[in-house]
Amino acid sequence: MKPARLRLSDLLRLGGYGLRSRPLRAVLSALGIAIGIAAMTAVVGISSSSRADLDQRLAALGTNLLTVTPGQTMFGEDAVLPDESVSMIRRIGPVQSATATGKVSSAVYRTDRVPAGETGGLALLAASPDLLSTVGGVLTRGTWINQKYPTVVLGATAARRLGNVPSVYIDGRWWTVTGVLDPVPLAPELDSAVLVGWEAAATYLSFDGHPTTVYTRSVDAQVEAVRSVLAPTANPSSPDEVKVSKPSDALAARRAADDTFTALLLGLGAVALLVGGIGVANTMVISVLERRAEIGLRRSLGATRGQVRTQFVAESLLLSLLGGAAGVLLGYVVTGLYATTRTWPTVVPWWALAGGVGATVVIGAIAGLYPAIRAARLAPTEALSG
Amino acid sequence: MSAVIELAGVTKAYPGGVTAVRSVDLTVEYGELVAIVGPSGSGKSTMLHLIGTLDRPTHGTVRIDGHDVATLSDRQLSALRARRIGFVFQQFHLAPGRDAVTNVADGLLYTGVARKEREWRAEAALVRVGLGDRLTHKPHQLSGGERQRVAIARAVAGDPAVLLADEPTGNLDSVSGAGVVTLLRELNEAGTTVLVITHDHEIAESLPRQVPMRDGQVMA
Ligand SMILES: Nc1ncnc2c1ncn2[C@@H]1O[C@H](COP(=O)(O)OP(=O)(O)OP(=O)(O)O)[C@@H](O)[C@H]1O
Ligand SMILES: [Mg+2]
Repeated sequence: MKPARLRLSDLLRLGGYGLRSRPLRAVLSALGIAIGIAAMTAVVGISSSSRADLDQRLAALGTNLLTVTPGQTMFGEDAVLPDESVSMIRRIGPVQSATATGKVSSAVYRTDRVPAGETGGLALLAASPDLLSTVGGVLTRGTWINQKYPTVVLGATAARRLGNVPSVYIDGRWWTVTGVLDPVPLAPELDSAVLVGWEAAATYLSFDGHPTTVYTRSVDAQVEAVRSVLAPTANPSSPDEVKVSKPSDALAARRAADDTFTALLLGLGAVALLVGGIGVANTMVISVLERRAEIGLRRSLGATRGQVRTQFVAESLLLSLLGGAAGVLLGYVVTGLYATTRTWPTVVPWWALAGGVGATVVIGAIAGLYPAIRAARLAPTEALSG
Repeated sequence: MSAVIELAGVTKAYPGGVTAVRSVDLTVEYGELVAIVGPSGSGKSTMLHLIGTLDRPTHGTVRIDGHDVATLSDRQLSALRARRIGFVFQQFHLAPGRDAVTNVADGLLYTGVARKEREWRAEAALVRVGLGDRLTHKPHQLSGGERQRVAIARAVAGDPAVLLADEPTGNLDSVSGAGVVTLLRELNEAGTTVLVITHDHEIAESLPRQVPMRDGQVMA
């Protein structure tokens, strides 16, 4: 005589009964798993969304912008880039464009009544006519500076600090504000700057004409090659006094910093998951203790040890799967809300979803196994004696 | 065909020195209705558990429906219980929150019968025990006597060779108790072998055969 197999549909129903007979307890213990899975899904989702956003932005901005700035001389003084460095760089084969800004030492004031020295941390930069097209700058409003006349364009931060002024006061003269820039992600130093025309700076502000930052775009495939020759090209006599950097790398580096943070949060999520798993195990142990009579009855009805074991494992699996599904959903929603407020795309990688559900299956099986084995070991007579 | 129950020299000793059942010989033929009587602690439940294959004897042979229990594995015993043995307990052991049909149908869960068929048979069994109008009632909506009838329906739904009842009237007043005994009698008349433990002498004497027990032994 062989015992009949328990159908899968019956097994699921059995597991469901067990949970439904104590719904509050089931919900509470599934909640632990749900929180752990939600935390992990959200952490992975948010970091993936932020990365997707950064990738999108980098793709739009281009990764072929290089900047050249003067470093320090071997005596520790500030170095100077030669005036002709821009035209030299422009002559490098794969370079598509090269342009510059130059620091002007005059201070910018909102009105002529502000005491000298209170400049509000704004830099005054002389800008080449083709600056915007090279750095990818866009005017929020107005027009670009006139190279010859006393006009300025404000960086985004500078505009916020100065307010909506028609003109600014520089070196005893009113300069008309012709436009305001959007933030420039690849050249954030422009955001807090007031830009004047290169010629106007020389005419009205005794600007020395030295470029202090050279911006250059090259053919994508040749960026690294260009990068290696930029310093000797910009300053052939002392290439060591030249600093070359790639602004898109700085943006990407922020991503690496995000990764450490993500790992930390993932660890926290894993701890929450572990605690959730212990909660499920605890619930199952209590359940087995409370349901001795049911176990005895089922054995008397013909359940094998294996079938009793399977029933409790199924119950535990269902419980943690319930938590896992809720957690994955919650994590997705949290990611979506957060990404939407940041205007990021919502990206939750499939492996995070699959991993979340997979983890709950493993947790459910492990948490349920010991109580299930105990339930199956119970002698029928002992179970029935209450 | 041999007897449905054959105990030969059956002893059950518990660790700690208690011998609950002591070299018992007992034969019950198919179709019998037997009352097991005796004082508390005389080994009635222990013997019923041995007959029901919920426990194995320390010594002796137990043959149920032709199967020697000693030769069967735990899995095979489970199958034997699922198909050939029905149990009724003093405490009913119904699942709270599930209606009568579901409770009875779940008694067939381990017989390999499909769900629809289980429900159909459960309804038939409930009609048979006189609860045709209580199919969707849950245990808390039923009287004690009705609950015990649901438990009996669960025990007989699979058409077992033998029905084992351990003080089925123990938790009932005399009127419901008499009703349950009448039901057991009807089931027996329809062909089921019934063994019932009872403390009630009136009930015991009204049944065709009594097996008196004392100190783990069956009195001749
Ligand atoms: N698991 C066990 N371990 C040790 N001793 C046990 C165990 N189960 C029963 N006993 C002992 O075996 C003896 C017979 O018990 P049993 O339950 O069979 O009696 P009973 O005739 O059914 O009594 P009652 O009428 O009170 O139900 C008792 O002395 C009891 O203490
Ligand atoms: Mg007893």
